[in-house]
Amino acid sequence: MNELMELFLFCTFFLYLGSAIAFAVGISGKKEGDDANRRVRRWGNIAVGLAITGVVCQSLFIVVRMIIGGHFPTSNMFEFVAFLCFTIVIAYIVIYFLYRSMALGVFVMSLAVILLAYASVFPKDVQPLIPALQSHWLYIHVTTAALGQGAFAVGFVAGLVYLIAQFGKWKEEGKAPFWHRFWLETILVIVLMFVSFSLTNFVFDTFGYQAKLSHMFDGHENVQEYTLPPIVGPTDGQVLQMDPFLGMTQPLFEAPGWMKGVEAARKLNSVIWAIIIGLLFYAIIRLIAQKSLTDLFYPVVKNLKLDLLDEISYRSIAIGFPIFTLGALIFAMIWAHEAWGRFWGWDPKETWALITWLFYSAYLHLRLSRGWHGLKSSWLAVGGFIIIMINLIVINLVVTGLHSYA
Amino acid sequence: MESNQTIEREMRYEGKARRSQTTPTSWFDRVWNFFSSVKVAIILIVITLIAAGIGTIFPQERFIPSASPETYYKEQYGMLGELFYRLGFSDMYSSWWFFLLIAMIGISLVVCSLDRVVPLYKALKNQKVVKNTTFIIRQRIHYKFDVLADEKEQKLSDLKEQLSQKGYQVKQEQDAILAEKGRVSRWGPYINHIGLIIFLLGVLCRYIPGWYLDDIVWLREGEIKKVPETEFYVKNERTFAELYEEDEIHSDDIEGPVVKKYQTDAVLYVKDESTGELKPVHQQSILVNHPLKYHDLLLYQSGFTPVMGSITFKVVDKEKNNQEIGTFTVDLYDMKVDQVFSVGNLDVQINEYYPDFALENGRPITQSQEPNKPAFIFEVREKGQAKGQGEKMWVIAGQNTAGLIDTRYDVDLASINMVNSSALMVRIDKSLPIIFVGAFICFIGLAMGFYWQHRRVWIRWHDQVLYVGAHTNKNWYSLRKELEPCLTKAGFQLPKEK
Repeated sequence: MNELMELFLFCTFFLYLGSAIAFAVGISGKKEGDDANRRVRRWGNIAVGLAITGVVCQSLFIVVRMIIGGHFPTSNMFEFVAFLCFTIVIAYIVIYFLYRSMALGVFVMSLAVILLAYASVFPKDVQPLIPALQSHWLYIHVTTAALGQGAFAVGFVAGLVYLIAQFGKWKEEGKAPFWHRFWLETILVIVLMFVSFSLTNFVFDTFGYQAKLSHMFDGHENVQEYTLPPIVGPTDGQVLQMDPFLGMTQPLFEAPGWMKGVEAARKLNSVIWAIIIGLLFYAIIRLIAQKSLTDLFYPVVKNLKLDLLDEISYRSIAIGFPIFTLGALIFAMIWAHEAWGRFWGWDPKETWALITWLFYSAYLHLRLSRGWHGLKSSWLAVGGFIIIMINLIVINLVVTGLHSYA
Repeated sequence: MESNQTIEREMRYEGKARRSQTTPTSWFDRVWNFFSSVKVAIILIVITLIAAGIGTIFPQERFIPSASPETYYKEQYGMLGELFYRLGFSDMYSSWWFFLLIAMIGISLVVCSLDRVVPLYKALKNQKVVKNTTFIIRQRIHYKFDVLADEKEQKLSDLKEQLSQKGYQVKQEQDAILAEKGRVSRWGPYINHIGLIIFLLGVLCRYIPGWYLDDIVWLREGEIKKVPETEFYVKNERTFAELYEEDEIHSDDIEGPVVKKYQTDAVLYVKDESTGELKPVHQQSILVNHPLKYHDLLLYQSGFTPVMGSITFKVVDKEKNNQEIGTFTVDLYDMKVDQVFSVGNLDVQINEYYPDFALENGRPITQSQEPNKPAFIFEVREKGQAKGQGEKMWVIAGQNTAGLIDTRYDVDLASINMVNSSALMVRIDKSLPIIFVGAFICFIGLAMGFYWQHRRVWIRWHDQVLYVGAHTNKNWYSLRKELEPCLTKAGFQLPKEK
């Protein structure tokens, strides 16, 4: 059973990757003529076919995992992030059939691949369900909330592509607004950090890297198992066992005392690794390509119509908003009432779901005014997804609250 | 640009005057104008979301493990924590200013909606089919075709046919057509806002006396207690925790037991006024996620802990080499001072009892009525001995007092018997139906507003030219994609895209 589950996940990963590549192949090559049109259509069908097969494959993965664990797999970070990929791909398939935008597919499917790789960084074991999670609302609430977020993610990618296309066009016209370009590049670098972090984890995992450090927490001795070489160790920690890395046999420094939580040092270590490796990759790319990431991606999106991208971004968010409201707020309130005896309690995760909702409400109201379409709107679509990622990663892993299961 | 803006405004409310667009004369008009602005609504939303975000930087007062927030934030989080506390963010979600923000959003919802819905309704009800040709040509999507007078009837009827196939409601007057669909989309925002208003009113209803109750009751197995502030009594028949079996855990990383469920079997009673007897009215197993429901009353499983239920003592005779004479058991929840236990040929009497023993200035006191550290003074008498004539001795749970005093008999702890105790959260929230109805109305409004699009097509033949103009409240590409095949099928040649 376990092997079957892993096989399905493995296939899903490569089907999504294949779909991203097929979209990329489809839009490269000659642009004019009937022949080119037929070629584009053929590759579009192949790419979306791969994406659909990937969705089917991931559904099978979910079913098998459900049989093994006895519950719907959305109960920890690995399961949820993997499920988010699933909803992003579904949302994109819907948008594809509405607008047939292939260049967008390159980016959305790449995002799905990146997130699936990132999901595998977290422990993949099927965990027993604690009493608080034993409810059918676990899958009703989480799946609908994730579907809404999947649509928002497509809106984010369309916004990002809009910005890449716009700034590229501006550059051709000799305009290069510094801050706009700076922030877009920063966001692309952060995405690159996710990629490189997942890769690094994969590499160290393959070579079986291990380090164990013990430290005192809350008056008890705790052992932290590192899968990446510990640059940062726990406050007043002891090395129990550590594979040497580049001659390093103990952490370079200790986590500052004000960082809370038993795993604070290990998490800080992950963040530092992500930043270092991400920047390293970025430096290599810049050296080889002699171009910023924005300019590197521009040729892919060059031929896209800006107002079409704007509409796709808005449409995805408009599709996602009612679903998100239903899943992340209404169903969440019903479950909170059933489980905790109050429908709303200002738990950090709840509060950030509300912040996300308020942010997208502001976005949707701004769309009614002139001057907020296009550039500003795309920035907002990007901002909204950053809020979602903050709620997913920062709130789950850093802030403690009722939702800190993972 | 100016003309475009005019047309936008004209399109949205069809040129009907909104109250907020008249010149303000009274203070009411001024307030109305303020709250009717979407810009103001957006600013309120943004302030609320930023404030809500700041409130999550550090835990709120209700979540901190300390009763004195004035020192806690400074000690735990330093300068920033102090600032967080001083600026009122540590309990912001129940602060007056946060309430005020939400209330202003509520007012804005009412005013914005009322200001717009009536003119919109009037406008959409009385639409003119025949529009000025410049109006049609100024639409974002528009076409002009040369059509001769003798072809026009055929073309117009072809277009009518095509558009009604796409689900449009089509009206014709003279040489003009108005095709419309998805008007329902225009009502979405108002329905969603009505839902939100109902939701917020529901939240306000909580302050009506008797509508909301939040309390907690701890119950040991076998215990009956009054449910606070209600007519009910609740009995804990049984409380237990169940762990996952080894083969149910599919992970090697998990150390130690994992709880599978917490359960309390409870019986709810009401007291018969005349006889004073308790009559059972409802029986249910309470689990996490499955509260007991009886009318408005809800009881939630929200805590589980084994507590000391009774203590068994043994009495030994020190003169006979500590030979055990017998044992007796004191039920900590069903005992009286002066109670006497018969042990062999001895009587043991509880002279004094301190459930939560401590010393204060050298004198024994009890810190609470909870048996956290029970201590006793026993008097051991041989049968027939008068009260007060026996040997007196201290027995304190967790402390070895044996042999401290020179006596013949000694009372020792034999065993402490634990009993499971359950915390039941007591809730009444009569506003829930209002809140959830409001939330679902809001969802329906959102779905109407976002999953339908209001599309209108105006067609007019005038002076050998057929004018086609189309408008939608969103998703222009989709409208174009819907419209173009209709035109091609009706035999028009579309201009090449730039």
